[in-house]
Amino acid sequence: MIPSLLAVEPGPYVTLQDRGRTGFRRFGVSCSGVMDLASFHLANRLVGNAPDAPALEFAHVGGLYEVAADSCRIAVTGGTFALSCGDVTLAPWWSHTLRRGQQVKIAGAPDAVWGYLAIAGGFAVTPRLGSSATHLRSGLGGLGGRCVAAGDSLPLLAAIAPGQPERRAMPVARPNWPLRVVPGPQQDFFARDAVETFYRGSFRVTHRADRMGTWLDGPPIRHAAGFNIVSDGVVPGCIQIPGSGQPLVLLMDCQTTGGYPKIATMITADLARFAQTRPGGQVRFSPVSVEAAHHLYCSYQARIDGLGHLIEEWT
Amino acid sequence: MPSFPATPPNPAYPRFMPLGDTALSVEFGDSILPELNAKVLALDAALAAAALDGIQETILSYRSLLVSYDPRKMPYARLIAALRGLTARPEQTEPPGRRHWTVPVVYDPPYGVDVPDVARRLDLAEEDVISLHAGADYRVYMVGFAPGMPYLGGLPERLHISRRDAPRPFVPEGSVLIGGMQTGIYPQRFPSGWHILGQTPLRPFDVERADPFMFRAGDRINFRRISVAEFDYLSGLPSEDMQPLARINS
Repeated sequence: MIPSLLAVEPGPYVTLQDRGRTGFRRFGVSCSGVMDLASFHLANRLVGNAPDAPALEFAHVGGLYEVAADSCRIAVTGGTFALSCGDVTLAPWWSHTLRRGQQVKIAGAPDAVWGYLAIAGGFAVTPRLGSSATHLRSGLGGLGGRCVAAGDSLPLLAAIAPGQPERRAMPVARPNWPLRVVPGPQQDFFARDAVETFYRGSFRVTHRADRMGTWLDGPPIRHAAGFNIVSDGVVPGCIQIPGSGQPLVLLMDCQTTGGYPKIATMITADLARFAQTRPGGQVRFSPVSVEAAHHLYCSYQARIDGLGHLIEEWT
Repeated sequence: MPSFPATPPNPAYPRFMPLGDTALSVEFGDSILPELNAKVLALDAALAAAALDGIQETILSYRSLLVSYDPRKMPYARLIAALRGLTARPEQTEPPGRRHWTVPVVYDPPYGVDVPDVARRLDLAEEDVISLHAGADYRVYMVGFAPGMPYLGGLPERLHISRRDAPRPFVPEGSVLIGGMQTGIYPQRFPSGWHILGQTPLRPFDVERADPFMFRAGDRINFRRISVAEFDYLSGLPSEDMQPLARINS
């Protein structure tokens, strides 16, 4: 029998993800990939996988899964998710070994939106266009391009948990300072007072949020002259201002091109911190130069590369 | 209070505009013209030929090229200098090796569901709607919105039409539609507010095919009217076999 993880009652928005696709955006294929790279890497490192191995990503609630392998080692990261196996409470950010027939339940977290479930050995999945990341809108990658559904049997590459000691990690810190953005590329579509509103205002994260983007609610940002531009390329982090004047922050599943002016673009280092802000949370924006953003990018990548230091063995 | 960078009142093109810390847009203008699109294609080709370390990928659009890069390998000043050097090269109006496709379309019922309504709205005979659409010469300005979806320019003015009052929750794969000043081919089932003129058996996107994406920015497209019988026949062909049938040049 193929070792697998049975999705008994998965959460409503569970997909297989990895680092995402590179090289196909020129053909209209979104990059996709995980919303919170550091948490994803830690989940994989906790179970001894390569950091970029495909893992399950879920929003708000992970759901209920059953081990259909001799044994398996799991880790859940992303936030303080309520995790249990039967009556036993398990710690997020720790690895755990489960036996055949045991069920793990992943409920909500007070401090996160996106969570990751990694399994030692990884999931047996065929990459599409160089990646196993799911893009729901185009039905590409992951599990037939769709969300994990009840009854799905997710094939695993390892039939038995590794013998190494269990590990635990320090949770990823997410300070609440303003989100850093590089102004533009279409800041000149906005009057000076609208730009000041954008940087002085506080914006509420709404429930209109998915892997494509998150709508914010705050003081309206008025356009100086129209809100249609000739469609051009967009990237995750772009902050579009459509006719309503309310910002839409594009995220990993965003389309490759868009027709709304982009007042600013969030820096890579702050994308996960933003994506993990729960609905109702307030965010602010702070402009930085491209040069400053590059310094922040380099230290962010160094932090990602050094995540192993957050991990220790505990058995 | 932070200071905001001033934007020039009369931008001189090309403009180099950052999108955050890992992407840069090179803008050649702010309108939809073959000359501007040709500059985008020329820069993309020159950049690919230069094979610079630290350039990850590009997104071509009507009048700008988005360049995705790794700032650890490609400092910003060097990136802009390199791109400026590449844009300074002489441009060709047509991309070298421009591909020409003839896309078979069935306009008859039950496929061209909106042809009668479009004819009524535009005060044209149904046959005129079809012959105008099938008789024009189109340019793929860009591929975006969805995998393999071409944005086509060249729709005759008499077919310019406002969108449907109520968008459809989805249109079938292969739908050929018009909306505004544009016409498009939907590679997948997607929601749309455009009008369905017909359907093509071609598959602009097929992840299982050796070349999953049929169209590229710069390609030339003509539509060819086919019968329901021909549509049924072509639809039965493997998508690998259908693709060469639609290619006029090689």
